[in-house]
Amino acid sequence: MLRIILQRLFTAIPVLFLVILVTFVLIRLAPGGPFDAERAVPAEVLENLNKRYKLNDPLPVQFFDYLSNLLRGDFGPSFKYPSRTVTEIINAGMPVTLELSVYALLVAVIFGIGAGVIAAMRPNTLQDYVPMSLAMLGICLPSFVLGPLLILFFAIGLEWLPVSGWGESPGDKILPAITLGAGYAAYIARLSRGGMLETLAQDYIRTARAKGLAEWRVVFVHALRGGLGPVVSFAGPAVAGLLSGSFVVETIYQIPGLGRFYLQGAFNRDYTMILGMTILFAFFIIVCNLLADIVQVWLNPRLRSLHGGKTA
Amino acid sequence: MQPKVAKVMRSTVLSFLIAAVIGLTSGCGEKSLTNVEYGNQNQILYYGNGDEPKSLDPHLITGSPDNNVIMNLFEGLTSKDAATLEPLPGVAESWKISEDQRVYTFQLRKNARWSNGDPVTAKDFVFSWHRALSPAVPNEYAYIMYYLEGAEEFRKGKHKDFNKVGVKALSSHSLQITLKYPAHFFLQLLSHHSFYPVHEATLMKFGGIADPISKWILPGNFVGNGPFVLKRWELNKVIELVKSETYWDKDAVRLQAAHFYPIEDQQAEERAYRSGQIHLTNTPQMDIEKIQVYRDKDPDALRMVPTYTSYYYEFNVNKKPLDDARVRRAFALAIDRTLIVKNVTKGGETPAYNFVAPDPVGYEPQVYWHEDVDEARRLLAEAGYPEGRGFPVFTILYNTHDNHQKVAVTIQQMLKKNLNIDVQLENKEWKVYIAAKKNLEHDIARAGWLADYVDPSNFFDIFRSYAGNNNTGWKNADYDRLMQEITAESDKARRFELFEQANRLLADEMPVLPIYYYSDINLVNPVVQGWYDNVMHYHPLKYVYLQTPSTP
Repeated sequence: MLRIILQRLFTAIPVLFLVILVTFVLIRLAPGGPFDAERAVPAEVLENLNKRYKLNDPLPVQFFDYLSNLLRGDFGPSFKYPSRTVTEIINAGMPVTLELSVYALLVAVIFGIGAGVIAAMRPNTLQDYVPMSLAMLGICLPSFVLGPLLILFFAIGLEWLPVSGWGESPGDKILPAITLGAGYAAYIARLSRGGMLETLAQDYIRTARAKGLAEWRVVFVHALRGGLGPVVSFAGPAVAGLLSGSFVVETIYQIPGLGRFYLQGAFNRDYTMILGMTILFAFFIIVCNLLADIVQVWLNPRLRSLHGGKTA
Repeated sequence: MQPKVAKVMRSTVLSFLIAAVIGLTSGCGEKSLTNVEYGNQNQILYYGNGDEPKSLDPHLITGSPDNNVIMNLFEGLTSKDAATLEPLPGVAESWKISEDQRVYTFQLRKNARWSNGDPVTAKDFVFSWHRALSPAVPNEYAYIMYYLEGAEEFRKGKHKDFNKVGVKALSSHSLQITLKYPAHFFLQLLSHHSFYPVHEATLMKFGGIADPISKWILPGNFVGNGPFVLKRWELNKVIELVKSETYWDKDAVRLQAAHFYPIEDQQAEERAYRSGQIHLTNTPQMDIEKIQVYRDKDPDALRMVPTYTSYYYEFNVNKKPLDDARVRRAFALAIDRTLIVKNVTKGGETPAYNFVAPDPVGYEPQVYWHEDVDEARRLLAEAGYPEGRGFPVFTILYNTHDNHQKVAVTIQQMLKKNLNIDVQLENKEWKVYIAAKKNLEHDIARAGWLADYVDPSNFFDIFRSYAGNNNTGWKNADYDRLMQEITAESDKARRFELFEQANRLLADEMPVLPIYYYSDINLVNPVVQGWYDNVMHYHPLKYVYLQTPSTP
């Protein structure tokens, strides 16, 4: 197991390098520079700015400068926000984005698996159709529609929850978590329904039933473990998607996370910010996929021998 | 995997889940006041500020979200009346102006203090302006200081001796300023953030005058001289200012604190207002659809104010057939502006028949033309395109935005209907759009201008032949000569005459097509007092306070 983890982490290095290289080249190809503004920036100011951020050096030199700073953990200064480094901005935004993603994942997992299991227990009945239609709705409704709808209903109509904010007033984390998690909950519901249906048809489930076990025990103890396989392999990319895809939700609810900086970085041609965020998210995606693999092995003993691990 | 490990893992996951549920629902069920209710009781203003400020360093900022905050953290030699925009004494309590209007002598008030208790002295201003003009400091507004004698040369490295720049400390509280040209609006200009003083010892402590990541402006380090001080700055979340205890006029300040929220999304901002999270919105425009709702339901809160701005289309006069002034005039005459502001933008904008907006201080540009479709057709025929025949297809470029698109579509239809000309529309992302305009790649491009100070020169200067913001390719020696004359002219009436000549020239040549003057559309909770409508969107918090019917 350890060997696999190390191996995977090792192969991540060239991947990250490629990500950096491609991003670095692509952002330089985009028209417009970080200091272009609607009002003409006087030539001497532009010259100073370019000098200050070493943008006059040849591109390969800039690239290797960036890499060597990166190896020392320095993401460089932000072009858009003087007096802040990209590292500082990441440090400020990451805990928030992580927290939001965890809550969203929680929403996705609880509602998704719940709905999937309920649906799978009585396939092709009302008990299946209702949660699955809701799931379909969840997949179809993008967060920029769902968010304002939830706000309208729960915040403005019923006044149960705040309209926006993060950690400012009680309960202001609930709506963002639901908005971000809903789409993933829907996917998870469909995946877990499929997985459960397959598992519930297995012989060992019939055995369990034949032994006279209570239905909840059959479903939750015996079947769930096998039925969650597809959900777990989906969870890795899903977490990465939650982390990097929270921009819309962050904007709707005024959440000071990373997504907003990432998008603004792109609009502002804030080269260091785009690079820093891209590297960070690439790293997240690699780690999440790895974690998903590990959990999958844990849940499915058959995979263990495939990976050369010990059997319990 | 060992059963033990599995057990540990299971309990880890479980405790993690429980912790997450607790975190998510923490504080639920507590009954609490909205921000606005709490603020009204405690004189705390909650302010929707549009965007996250780029910086709070007065010599580095460019945007209005930045300016909204720092106008309360610093004070220049003068300040402005929030209602009339007339210059008021700031750090300077009095001044004398020489007869040729080039030498200003300011007496600084003795009780002006920095937030750390140090006195604000004439030397502070000399240091600050030296810094603001230093070539090493990327101050995009340094050009506003070029009215000072020797400032432009110093900034551009033509001389390195700051003593040659027209600012001198005569004593600890007396400052002499020498201008290159007489500038009527100089007292007003002095309240611009480029002229704010910064605290020398603090800057030096945090890396000197030009450190790109200097921390002097962060809470804890910050030292300012305005009515408020910086208490908290959480990126993309909130900036909190509290009343300064060292400000010379602190008895006039009634607000105890102000919270600035960087709410970028107009709809999110409106919802925040509606649910009592903020007292006022401050994005320059509101969703068009929402305006009518507020007109009906909450007219006291809706503020629609004409501003000293211009929304217009730039012709690229290097491209045929737009190089022909008759064609440009034909376009201008063929567009129904009243219809655009009434049915398309719907935000209280004013139709514009001049590029320069009417000036609240006195200059009223004359109108030389109006919509006239017949005349437009005649001009087009004269230029060789009777009934639009043979007119090449060209493109209107605009930056991606709902309102710009709506306006462009309308103009496209009007040109087709009135002149039988086919126009294509092209929207580009902001930076690409700017780059295209600067390189004169466009045929016609949408543009907007917001004046920095109230003087027509702020608009007219754009069309100097080699000005950086002239994205039309239009070059006119007569116009340049007029601008030169205006700069040197000290007589107000004569200046206005010259402005009118320039205006006439623009009307004849039509390098840009005026469409409308923007208006500010904001929601301001009626409890907010001392918030005056003005053309510059200038809202200092010094005199603002909150008054509910129950708190007399």
